[in-house]
Amino acid sequence: MRLLSRLSVTVFRLAAFGSGLLTIAVFLMMLSFGWPLLTDGQFFTLLAGEWNPANGLFGIYPMVVGSISIAFLALLFSLPVSLGTSFVATVLAPPPVRRFVLGIIRFMAGVPTVIYGFVAVFMLVPFMREQITGGSGLNILTAAIVLAVLIAPTMIVFFVSGLKNVKPEYCLAVDALGARPVQKLIFLLIPQAWPSIVSGIIMGLGRAMGDTLISLMLAGNSIAIPASVSDSGRTLTAHIALVIAADFSSMEFKSIFACGLVLYIFTVIVVVALRWVSPGQDLRSI
Amino acid sequence: MSHLKKVFWSVLMLLSVAVITEASDLDKFDAEKGVLKIAGGTAHIPVMKEAAKMIMQKNSAIRITIAGGGSGVGIKQVGEGLIDIGNAGRKATEKEISQYGLHMVKWAIDGVGVIVNPKNSVTSLTTKQLNEIFSGKITNWKEVGGGDKSINLYDRDAASGTRSVFWKKALKKGDVSTKANIVVSNGAMKTAIAGDPYGIGYVSVGHIDATVAPVALDGVVPDLANVKNGDYKVSRGLYSITKGEPVGLARLFLEFLLSPTGQKIAESKGFISVQ
Repeated sequence: MRLLSRLSVTVFRLAAFGSGLLTIAVFLMMLSFGWPLLTDGQFFTLLAGEWNPANGLFGIYPMVVGSISIAFLALLFSLPVSLGTSFVATVLAPPPVRRFVLGIIRFMAGVPTVIYGFVAVFMLVPFMREQITGGSGLNILTAAIVLAVLIAPTMIVFFVSGLKNVKPEYCLAVDALGARPVQKLIFLLIPQAWPSIVSGIIMGLGRAMGDTLISLMLAGNSIAIPASVSDSGRTLTAHIALVIAADFSSMEFKSIFACGLVLYIFTVIVVVALRWVSPGQDLRSI
Repeated sequence: MSHLKKVFWSVLMLLSVAVITEASDLDKFDAEKGVLKIAGGTAHIPVMKEAAKMIMQKNSAIRITIAGGGSGVGIKQVGEGLIDIGNAGRKATEKEISQYGLHMVKWAIDGVGVIVNPKNSVTSLTTKQLNEIFSGKITNWKEVGGGDKSINLYDRDAASGTRSVFWKKALKKGDVSTKANIVVSNGAMKTAIAGDPYGIGYVSVGHIDATVAPVALDGVVPDLANVKNGDYKVSRGLYSITKGEPVGLARLFLEFLLSPTGQKIAESKGFISVQ
């Protein structure tokens, strides 16, 4: 029996180490492939330049702009809705409604990405084209709206688990003081659940940055630098998917690793920054 | 009565001939088994699917998987040994052939036609107009005789064989606007244009159906007859590529594509046979 428990501990530790090492290994691999670009200073030229292989331009600036604008716009749409939903599902609604809302959210989390993309192509895109943005309807705004729907369940699940795990003693004390649900939410639950809320935002933003299919299907993928949200744009992830078929030895292919590095570094920066600014957290718990 | 009889017998004869040719073309697969992996050009897919269905129905011990990805993907994956047959809607370059030792089989000819939404009143363009539309000089349909709506450009990714032929032969290697939307397959292009009343794009002639409207280029409609007799110039071969001389299932599959039955499939999907 003791042998079994020791064995399982070892297995779990190996799994944890393995997945940690994998993340580092991916970074090192991208670094080694992208190294030629980094050493001769081309990396920053690529970062600031435009993409036009026919004219020898391999910059990824339009895609950096596309990725950042789509991801943050999606977060902007999704965060208020997700926060509101999680408040309703934990405190503000009567219990049967809470269960119903949570059931719907769990179902939404299970819907494959491609379904959202597919439905949006036939329903949202024509609506955007005729009523809102004009043009082809394939643009940054369309992609961001669908991404907002996609990342909402992830964030809501995090928020709800944070709000529910506040110590029962505190809740009883607040109830005994005669607080209304809204007061309980604002003065007890939100401050206590803050770390979970930050984690939820990080997960949501990470998913929005990392998603490939939605932007590939809905953002239009043009290589022009987008000037407004109604312009067609391309994300770094979609760019990798579109260029990966290029010749291995070509400059197009090498530039993919620059995209990968940018995505990786950007995600790390966002995670560290959000942890840093959130109160009651020290950096050791990242 | 005698007339009916004649019809009956001739139909029976035709049927038996069809059965005999099909049977003989498929017979070679009887003793085979295993998996055949095919990927690459998206124009090829309808033919590949039909051929694979016939072979797998004849001999259920054979599994054939078919994926898209584009001509560039097909050439690269077959070269790297990831798949057995790579499809390409363009010839592999000298560099690709020498680097990987590729072997090409051309089994059909295909045109690449400009398409618009059926609601669009524009049904004909000159090469110059087409060039100016794709380079972004002409941005409104009224400039070429349509309604007062801005033009939505749809282009393919750089690895597309359809794109490389269209760019070389229809656009004469002219610039393409950076504002063009980019879709990833012939099927996706058709869906995009079928859904966008102000869109313009291009697909393999085999993919043109009632959901989109072909646009005549310099007065020549991109259809099977015009590609066949050479009037419509924007055409290319459809190739299937193996690494080295094809062997085993891959060889049988390529032979099947070139057999009368295989060529008939290609014709029924809107391509021109090479035999």
